[in-house]
Amino acid sequence: MSEEIGIIDKVSGPVVWASKMAGAEIGEVVHVGEGKFIGEIIRLAKDTAVIQVYESTSGVKPGEPVYRTKKPLRAELGPGLISSVYDGIQRPLEVIREKTGYTITRGVSIPALLRDKKWFFTPTVKEGDKVLGGDILGVVEETSLVQHFILLPPFMKGEIKEINEGEFTVKDPIGVIQTKEGRKNLYMKQEWPVRIPRPVKERLRLVEPLLTGQRIIDTVFPIPKGGTAAIPGGFGTGKTVMLHQIAKWADAKVIIYIGCGERGNEMTDVLKEFPELTDPKTGEKLIKRTILIANTSNMPVAAREASIYMGVTLGEYYRDQGYDVAVVADSTSRWAEALREISGRLEEMPAERGYPAYLPTRLAEFYERAGRAILLGSQQRLGSVTIMGAVSPPGGDFSEPVTQHTKRFISVFWALDKDLAFRRHFPAINWITSYSQYVEILKDWWVKQFPNWYRDREEMLSLLTEASRVEEIAKIIGESALPDDQQLTLLAAYLIKEGFLTQNAFSEVDSYCFPWKQSKMLSIIMEFYREAKKLISKGVSIDDLRGLREIMGLVRMKEKKTSEEIDEIWRKIKDKLEQLAKKEVEVIL
Amino acid sequence: MTLETAGLHYIGVREVKGSLMVIENVSGVGYDEVVEVVMADGSKRSGRVLEAAKDYAIVQIFGETEGLDTQKVSVRFTGTAMTTPVSIELLGRMFNGLGEPIDGGPKPMFEDKRDINGAPLNPSAREYPNDFIQTGISAIDGMNSLIRGQKLPIFSGAGLPHNKLAVQIARQATVLGEEEEFALVFAAMGIKNEEARFFIKEFEDTGALERSVVYLNLANDPTIERIITPRIALTAAEYLAFDQNMHVLVILTDMTNYAEALREISAAREEVPSRKGYPGYLYTDLATIYERAGRVKGKKGSITQMPILTMPDDDITHPIPDLSGYITEGQIVLSRELDAKGIYPPINVLDSLSRLMQKGIGKGKTREDHKNVSDQLYLAYSEGVKSRDLARIIGEKGLSERERYFLEFANQFEKKFLNQGFYENRTIERTLEIAWEILTVIPKSELIRIKEEYIEKYYPREVRVEEER
Repeated sequence: MSEEIGIIDKVSGPVVWASKMAGAEIGEVVHVGEGKFIGEIIRLAKDTAVIQVYESTSGVKPGEPVYRTKKPLRAELGPGLISSVYDGIQRPLEVIREKTGYTITRGVSIPALLRDKKWFFTPTVKEGDKVLGGDILGVVEETSLVQHFILLPPFMKGEIKEINEGEFTVKDPIGVIQTKEGRKNLYMKQEWPVRIPRPVKERLRLVEPLLTGQRIIDTVFPIPKGGTAAIPGGFGTGKTVMLHQIAKWADAKVIIYIGCGERGNEMTDVLKEFPELTDPKTGEKLIKRTILIANTSNMPVAAREASIYMGVTLGEYYRDQGYDVAVVADSTSRWAEALREISGRLEEMPAERGYPAYLPTRLAEFYERAGRAILLGSQQRLGSVTIMGAVSPPGGDFSEPVTQHTKRFISVFWALDKDLAFRRHFPAINWITSYSQYVEILKDWWVKQFPNWYRDREEMLSLLTEASRVEEIAKIIGESALPDDQQLTLLAAYLIKEGFLTQNAFSEVDSYCFPWKQSKMLSIIMEFYREAKKLISKGVSIDDLRGLREIMGLVRMKEKKTSEEIDEIWRKIKDKLEQLAKKEVEVIL
Repeated sequence: MTLETAGLHYIGVREVKGSLMVIENVSGVGYDEVVEVVMADGSKRSGRVLEAAKDYAIVQIFGETEGLDTQKVSVRFTGTAMTTPVSIELLGRMFNGLGEPIDGGPKPMFEDKRDINGAPLNPSAREYPNDFIQTGISAIDGMNSLIRGQKLPIFSGAGLPHNKLAVQIARQATVLGEEEEFALVFAAMGIKNEEARFFIKEFEDTGALERSVVYLNLANDPTIERIITPRIALTAAEYLAFDQNMHVLVILTDMTNYAEALREISAAREEVPSRKGYPGYLYTDLATIYERAGRVKGKKGSITQMPILTMPDDDITHPIPDLSGYITEGQIVLSRELDAKGIYPPINVLDSLSRLMQKGIGKGKTREDHKNVSDQLYLAYSEGVKSRDLARIIGEKGLSERERYFLEFANQFEKKFLNQGFYENRTIERTLEIAWEILTVIPKSELIRIKEEYIEKYYPREVRVEEER
C-alpha cells in the first residue's frame, strides 16, 4: 500500500506539489491531505506531481499524505441525473445541503447518483441477443419528459445471458453479459472520464434548427441542432437572461445548464423558476428535462475548470440515448480564467493577457464535442449536442483572447451590444456584428413552411444595414433634413427593432414566439415597408405616413396571441394606406 | 500536528520584501494559517501563510514591516486559519481593520470564533431575493430597484457624492410593509479620515450607530490589512444575518483600495499579472467577497451588500469596476456630467442596472405598471440624450419635432425625476407619479413599452403643474 501514498511538499492556493508519486498519470484523481480533499494531477516530473485541488486548501500542510485513486475524473451516468444540481465535479448540491447545511463544507464525498433510489427497469433486449457498445438494453422512466435508455457502455460487446425487469437501484445488477473476457454483470450506471469525448459512429451534417422561440435567434441568426454558438457581451448586456431563455425554450430533449464561475443567485433563479415553468410543447415542467451544474464564482476555482467538461459529458450521454441535447455554459470566460489562474500558479510562460498558450486548444476541444451523429450500436440511431457558450470579455472589448479564440471554433456569433442594452433593447444582440453560418442550410426547413421567410429576412437585414448608414448621416444633419425615402428607411428600421427584434423575456405572451408568429410578424412589417415605399414614390409625404396612429400596432403584434389578432392589426394599417393612396390620386386629379 | 506546532517560535527570518517574509527551516506549517510576529521591540503583528513548503513558508504580514530586524524577529505559527470573534455585542462598536476595538471599550464578549473566509453558500440553499427595498430615491426605486439580499455596488469617481448617497440609502432603506430596520455593517478600506467621520457622524445623528458594526482601515493604516477588513466585516454580517436573524446592510468602501492592496501583494510575490498589473485571480478574489450576500432557505435574516468603488479616471472598463460588474447584481453609476449640472444624486441611469429588480417589483410588490414605466423611461431618456448630442452639432432648431420632445423629456427627467434632496424620501407611488407626469411630455403613441391597459389606467387625467420644491 505504501507506494500508493505520496507526500505533500508544497501548498500554494489551489495547487499542491507532492513527491513519491511515481507511476501516477496526468488526470488521475487523488485525495489530498488528512482531509482527503479531491484533486487531479495536472503535471508530472519524475516522482513529483502537481495537483489542482477542487476544494479550499486552507490548513493543508507539507508532509501530509496524498492518496491515489488510479482513476481519472469521471462522471457517473445513469438514471437520476435529470433535475439534479451538481457542483463542477458532480457532487449533488441538494444532497449536500441536507447533510451539511447551507454552506459547502470541505471534504464531503457523496456519489452523484442516489444509491438507494429504485428505478423500474424494462428490458428491450432478451437473453441470447448479441449487443454492441451503445446499444439500448432497456428503459427507465426518469421523469415524465425523459425516457432514460440504459446503454451498453461503449467498447463493450457480447451476448446477453440474463436480463431482468423490475425495480433496481443503480448498484443492483440488471443482467449478465458474456463477453470475450468473460461474464460480466450489467448495471444501469456507467462511468466516463470527463475530459474524453464519448465516441460516436459517424458525424453528420446539420440540417434542422434548434428552435428557441427567440426571434433574433430563430429568424435572424439561427442555430442548428448540433451547432456551436458563442454569446459574448460585457456585463449588463443581458447574457444571462438570454441563456436562461434558451435553456427554457430550446426544443432540445435535455438541457444541461452549466453555471461556471457565475453568480449564486442566478443559479437560484433557475432552481426556483424551472420547477414552475412549463414547456410550451409538452406542457410539462421544464425542470424535468434539465440538469444544472453550479460552480459559482466563490466556489473553488479548479472545480470550475472541470465543470465545463462535466456538463458536456452528461450531454453526450443523453445524446447517445438518441436525444437532441443543448449544453449552455455561462460563462466560458470564467473557465478560461480558471485555466489562467492554475497556469499562473504553475509559473507557466503566459501567452496573451496572462492566459496560457494552450487556451485555444482547450476551447477547440470543448466546442468540437458538439455535433450531430450516428450513434454507436447496432441500430441506426441519431442524436445531437448543441453547445452555446457565454463569453464575458473584460470591458466588453471583443478583441480579447477568449472572444477571439472562441470565434475560431464556433459558427454562430450572437454579439451583445452595450448601446442596445442602454436603450433597454433586449435581447441586445447586434444585427450588424452577429452572424450565423447556418442560414443557407436552415433555409430549407423554414421555407418549406413559410415560403416568404428567406426573402423577408434578407430584405430586413439589408434595410437594417441601410438604416445604420442613414443614421450616421442623420447624426450630422438631423433626421428632418433627410429626403422622405431615407426617413422611411429609418421609420421601417424603427418598426423592425421595436416590433420584431426586441422581445420581452418577462412577458407571458412574448417570452416564447412560435415560428409561425415570427414569420408572420416579419412578413407584415416588410409588407408595410414595401407598400409605404410605393406611396412615398408616388408623392405621399413621410409625415402623413407617420401620422397614422395605426402603425404603432406593428410594435404591439408581439403581445398578441392569435393569428387573427395580428391580421386585424395589419388590416387596419392596410385600409389607412389605401386611403392615403386614394387621397394622393385625388390631389393629382 | 496542529497542537505540536502551535506556539512553536522561530527566531529570525531569511528575507523580508515589502509585506512578505520568508521563513526557513520550518515544519508542519499549514497553508493559510495565522502567524504571530513579535518584533525586536516587543510590538506584535499578525500574518498569514501564503505558501507552505517542506522547509520554508512565505508569510504575509499585516501592518508595518519597517524596522523589522531579520535576526531578532520571532515568529509563531498558530495552527489555525484567521478567525474573528462574533457576538450580538458587536453592535454599536467600532473596530480597526483587523477587528480590534478602537472605541475605547473593552473587547466584546464573544459567542463564537469564525473563519473570516466563510464557507461558500451552497447554491441550492440560497433563497432568491425578491423583497423590494424602498430607498426613497427615484432613480434607484423607479429604475434600478434594490432588493433585499442583493449586492448592488455604487460605481463612482473621485469627488462624486457616493458617500452622501450611501448614507441616504442607509438612512431611508425600508422594506414595504415591514417596520424592522436594517442592521448596518460598515467596512472602510483605505478611505480618508474625514470620509470615515462623515459616515460615523451620520450614523450617530440618525441613531443608526447602535445597530451598526464599524470596521475602519483608513488611508494611513497599513495597506495589507485591507485584505482582511471586508472579510471580517462579512463574517460579522453573516453571524448577524444567519445566527441572529437580522436583515443586514453591508457597506464596503472603497473596493478600489482593496484591489490595489491585492495587487501590491501579487507584485511582491512576482506573480504573472493580467490586466493593469492586477493578479489573474482578481475576479475569483472579489467573488469571495461579493458572493457573501443573499438569503438562505429557512433563515429569516439576509445580507444586502452595497460596495462603493471609485473608478480610476472614471473608466468603467478598468479591471476593478469591470470585474465587479460581472459579479455583482447590477451597479449604480454616478456621472460627473450630471454632478456638474448640480443634479443630486447624479445617477447615470443608462449605465446603471439592477439585475434583481425584475422579480422584486410589480403587482403585489410595488405596482403593476412599475416595470413598463421603467422600461419606457429608459427608452425615452436614451432617445432624449441622443437628441441632445445631435442638438450640439446642428443646434436645437435643426431638430425634428420628435427629437425636440425627447430632448425636452430628457431635461424634465433630470430636473424632476433624478434630482431630489438629500433628505427627500419619496415613496414608490410618488416616484411613479413623477414618472407618469414627465412622460406626458412625449405623445401617448410613443409609450410603446407600456401596456395599453396601464396607459388607460395611469396616464395623468390632467397634466398637473409640478410645484417647485
